[in-house]
Amino acid sequence: MSSILYDAPGPRARRRELLGSAVAGVVVLGLLYYAYRQLDSRDQWEPERWQVFTDPPLSQSAEDVWRSLLVTGLGATLRAAAVSAVIAAVVGLLLAIARMARVRWVRWPTTAVIEFFRGLPVVLLMFFGVIALGLPIFSGVVFGLVIYNSAIIAEILRAGIVSLPTGQSEAAYAIGLSRTQTLLTILLPQAVRRMLPSLVSQLVVLLKDTSLGFIIGYAELLRRLQQNTQFFGQRYWFQFFVVGAAIYIAVNFTLSRLAVWLERRGTKKAAGGVAAADQAEIAGTRATGAEL
Amino acid sequence: MDAVIDNLPLYWAGFRTTLSLTLISGAIALVAGTVLGALRVSPVAPLRWLGTTYVELVRNTPLTLVFIFFVFVVPQLGYTPGSFFIPAVMALSVYTAAFVCEAVRSGVNSVGVGQAEAARAVGLTFGQTLQAIILPQALRTVIPPLINIFIALTKNSSVAGGFFVAELFGTGRQLANANPADVVAVLVGVAVFYLIITIPSGILAARVERRVAFAR
Amino acid sequence: MHRRRFAIAAIATTAALVLAACGDDDDDGEAAPTVEPSPEFEAGSTMAELNEAGSITVGTKFDQPLFGLVGPDGVPVGFDVEIAKIIAGELGIDEENIEWVETISANREPFIQDGQVDIVVATYTINDERKQVVDFAGPYYQAGQMIMVLEENSDINGPDDLAGKTVCSAEGSTPAERIRTEYPEATLVPAGAYSECLEPLRNGQVDAVTTDNVILSGFIDQNPGEFKLVGEPFSEEPYGIGLEKGDDDFRSFINDVLEESFEDGRWEEAWEATAGAVLETPEPPTVDRY
Repeated sequence: MSSILYDAPGPRARRRELLGSAVAGVVVLGLLYYAYRQLDSRDQWEPERWQVFTDPPLSQSAEDVWRSLLVTGLGATLRAAAVSAVIAAVVGLLLAIARMARVRWVRWPTTAVIEFFRGLPVVLLMFFGVIALGLPIFSGVVFGLVIYNSAIIAEILRAGIVSLPTGQSEAAYAIGLSRTQTLLTILLPQAVRRMLPSLVSQLVVLLKDTSLGFIIGYAELLRRLQQNTQFFGQRYWFQFFVVGAAIYIAVNFTLSRLAVWLERRGTKKAAGGVAAADQAEIAGTRATGAEL
Repeated sequence: MDAVIDNLPLYWAGFRTTLSLTLISGAIALVAGTVLGALRVSPVAPLRWLGTTYVELVRNTPLTLVFIFFVFVVPQLGYTPGSFFIPAVMALSVYTAAFVCEAVRSGVNSVGVGQAEAARAVGLTFGQTLQAIILPQALRTVIPPLINIFIALTKNSSVAGGFFVAELFGTGRQLANANPADVVAVLVGVAVFYLIITIPSGILAARVERRVAFAR
Repeated sequence: MHRRRFAIAAIATTAALVLAACGDDDDDGEAAPTVEPSPEFEAGSTMAELNEAGSITVGTKFDQPLFGLVGPDGVPVGFDVEIAKIIAGELGIDEENIEWVETISANREPFIQDGQVDIVVATYTINDERKQVVDFAGPYYQAGQMIMVLEENSDINGPDDLAGKTVCSAEGSTPAERIRTEYPEATLVPAGAYSECLEPLRNGQVDAVTTDNVILSGFIDQNPGEFKLVGEPFSEEPYGIGLEKGDDDFRSFINDVLEESFEDGRWEEAWEATAGAVLETPEPPTVDRY
């Protein structure tokens, strides 16, 4: 990939680069080795501690351990994420439409609601759902995720619509479509397509945020890791942390790759070609700067 | 309501902790994120990889795990901070820097190709081009998303409440337990304090966004 | 004891079936003397409802060593769990039909108020603030707050030595609140859960960990040779069974069951099978029928 910011490296620059890479590689390896030794000095690599995944103590089977992590734990994580994503998409769409409404008394309250939802921590919303509204744990988690993410999705969709060339709506009005028809049949489909990468990255965020459920006691992956640690004893916490982190990163990474793939595909096919997709990306980051 | 009014000093202490967590981590993340952003567009391939790996790794890790890393794993590696405020700041900065980096990168991409071409044509190096031409222009586009990142950071600081830092959310949990009959009021109180930070920031972001849109 | 309860449940179920078949499910079903539960409940009482439903939802903690822990297989174990099983058994519900729901400190009252659980048996300290919104049967155990330090520590011998020291406890818990109000000289470090306090204690980031003695004993047991308890308990934490406010019949029923279990040895049996592995068997407390 060439960049206009600098020339393609010449032979000398390439040599320097190679040397630099080698040095950097050695430094990174050195740091990793240091970390390995430090952990070793605390007996974290002791095989007995890792056996909790192959031959656990306290009359549990390895299958139980893995099932509690991958089926029960990850399952609960994905379930909460999937349910919240669907509801948040619908609510977000409605909010986006209401926010684009011509009538002030619809537009303003919607804007206020979005600002309000966007400004509260997801944990607090979950906590509020469970403690104050008395929702069951699962609904509480979904409540927190939906409230926040629907506000963000609404913003992404709005940014997508704003980024479309005005010709689109002008043409729609010219052939006699009403405002609602224009929005639903012309603008939104293009906006969704254009913002697909942002929408998918927001999904990754949503998936990550399910882990906040552990603070209110939702038995998702992180909570399972914690419960297993408590059950087997604190001496296994590091092992569970490593495996848990690996599972999370693997799942989220897959989703992120999907976002990149969609982005590439979108760039090729999007109505306005490359330039438009770039612009949409900028608009997208603007809307989703909150995307974390 | 009494539970809220009686405990205003506690709320205030929690609010101050939340605010300082946010401001300190925000400042660190801004610097680190800009450097990372520069790495991601740099001519040296290994630096680009470094930037990309960092962003990919951090963006795909839940913040809670980042916290666990800094609070529990780092002491295993031989560094034990004296206060729990430090690992919280580290976790929030490291996490937020990845998002700042992405915002900076798309900001750089938003600057017209002609700008870079012209800069290169008059013989500026990569560093000069970035510093004198691209970044100042990118900054304008980047400010609204940066403010949104700041809002998200404020809210994310609530995770610190689960990791030994008595910030606003932790205060809420403490008060909710001490006043089981006034839970709703207690939690609404917490929400109001968060909104004191986030809503003005949101309005500011919208203003700046409008200005930038016109200026372009 | 499993077999015994199973037998009771089996007989109860059979009796219920027989009664239902006769189309006469009121009070004439005097079964064998060992099965006291099912038919005796007053129609419309919570006991009758639960008995009829054949299942009960119990809120318990999943993260308290010795009292309530859940293994990877999803089966909770501990003293609280055994106590809940005794109560369910007396309602004619066998342990397979108990639905366990994890409650954390912060959601016990709302869960009872909204009827998401029938009872809460979750190292649940009886106190006046909580009595405003829920009712308590019991206590079935009297714990006390204590302090745990590193094995080699000799400066801290009781709560009064905590001045100027850092103490870790779970945010939103009674022990944490007590340190804040009664020992303000100590710095409280709020954790998400008690077990999270162990690493900081090991690393010297906190000087002590405090909560109820039984929970601390569980940690000492899991990490042999690392930690110790110091001083005497400095609070009384009567563990009660939380239930909906105003359901006095149900409350006295549970109190009866508890008293019975204190006398006939089932309480002691439950203790020895769980917390008894680490702690000596205490005298059962006196039930407080307020």
